[in-house]
Amino acid sequence: MTRFNAFALLKNALTGHKGWTEQWPDSQPKKEYDVIIVGAGGHGLGAAYYLAKQHGITNVAVIDKGWLGGGNTGRNTTIIRSNYLYDESARLFDHAVDLWENLSQELNYNVMYSRRGVLMLAHNVHDVQSFTRHIHANRLNGVDNRWLTPQECKDYCPPLNISANARYPVMGGALQERAGTARHDAVAWGYARGAAERGVDIIQNCAVTAIRRNPDGSVAGVETAKGFIKAKKVAVSAAGHTSTVMQTADVRLPLESYPLQALVSEPVKPIFPCVVMSNAVHAYISQSDKGELVIGSGTDQYTSYSQRGGLPLIEHTVAAITEVFPIFNRMRMLRKWGGIVDVTPDRSAIISKTPVQGLYVNCGWGTGGFKATPGAAHTFAWTVAKDEPHPINAPFTMERFRTGRLIDEAAAAAVAH
Amino acid sequence: MLLIHCPHCQETLPEAEFTYAGQAHIVRPADPMSQTDEQWEEFLFIRQNAKGAHYERWRHLHGCGRFFNAVRDTVSDRFLTTYVSGAPRPDLSSLMEGKA
Repeated sequence: MTRFNAFALLKNALTGHKGWTEQWPDSQPKKEYDVIIVGAGGHGLGAAYYLAKQHGITNVAVIDKGWLGGGNTGRNTTIIRSNYLYDESARLFDHAVDLWENLSQELNYNVMYSRRGVLMLAHNVHDVQSFTRHIHANRLNGVDNRWLTPQECKDYCPPLNISANARYPVMGGALQERAGTARHDAVAWGYARGAAERGVDIIQNCAVTAIRRNPDGSVAGVETAKGFIKAKKVAVSAAGHTSTVMQTADVRLPLESYPLQALVSEPVKPIFPCVVMSNAVHAYISQSDKGELVIGSGTDQYTSYSQRGGLPLIEHTVAAITEVFPIFNRMRMLRKWGGIVDVTPDRSAIISKTPVQGLYVNCGWGTGGFKATPGAAHTFAWTVAKDEPHPINAPFTMERFRTGRLIDEAAAAAVAH
Repeated sequence: MLLIHCPHCQETLPEAEFTYAGQAHIVRPADPMSQTDEQWEEFLFIRQNAKGAHYERWRHLHGCGRFFNAVRDTVSDRFLTTYVSGAPRPDLSSLMEGKA
């Protein structure tokens, strides 16, 4: 496989770009694998990559019902941050940010990780108090986060309206400078290329219809659109469809699937230097390198598997954006889309063994799974390879809903994240 | 926006008047003290998350204020029926006829 570097680029430029080889083969399933990963998003492909690279398990297949990176990996607003309140979450998400920082070099694939900073706006006294608490908790955990006055917010993000007469007055903001964005497609492609290079089969357009179990209860393999495939271990990383896949193995999870929407504007010249989140008014905005404003909306109130979502949410989000950034009120929106996110009762993820021997699950990322991609993939691969959780994901097992030891980021953030 | 029929008001109204209230027909344990941790987990957290017909509760918040039940197809978001709380669970096969 061609390594990407300046010399290869120059050589191919001089030969009409005809020498580039395919980055991963479109594999057909073998009869048997050591590990089958269900779902070829960033989390699943990343887990395959780390299984091969760090644990020497290369007889692995990643199977997806569509094309790789076509689910929530390609549908999110690409925000990366780790300013979570609780110790467990801070460790997990900061582990991810540590991996993000070197991911392009690690994969020899430009994931365009940009440390442009994430600014969370406070619009009322409650926001100010809760963000200040977050900042202190983050700093105790070694996660960077600091408080900005309204004027400092304006200096950091010039399009911001800090007028005292604003519909949503800005009373300050919490800034994580190490946070930012990355190119979501490149994350899936980079992991796919790295995994395929080490012998992993990536099988696209092949839906897993059921997980089959041996008479002793352990996992036997998966039924797919291309027939039965035997496997010693099955690792499910299927986001919004985790419930339906796991149900076939008689494992029931505390998940509900909701549509989450996002939208982009027409592309414009660079104007927006960072990521701004406003939890109180539910607006998340950044500018992509192509120039589009990338805007995140909220989840619908009802569970659904339709990858659409309702228009009232978009209207609400755009109304909030134009209040906080009046400069954008003539912008035209180009398109909107939805993805299906799996939400847990405490809004924290599950990276866990299951009651079924040889069956593992990485799910429950809700509205904030992209930022965790490398960290989740890395700890999930560890869990699958060693049949026990990594110290970082040990608090995130599914048993917590029985013992009551929840990681209650829902209450901590008071918003979908 | 979804259009939802309130079985109390007998009117079909926009979703903005309603709030979603989760899976329906979850029965509160009669004797909470005797419940095991497994039963509490099931009652509090485990949900069907059905892909297809889903029995769920809604509340007509900005109308009569009352809760009611509904059956909705979570793939198409189409409501198959709505009915008052306490009424028996409608038979799925008769609902699916003619709606497919």
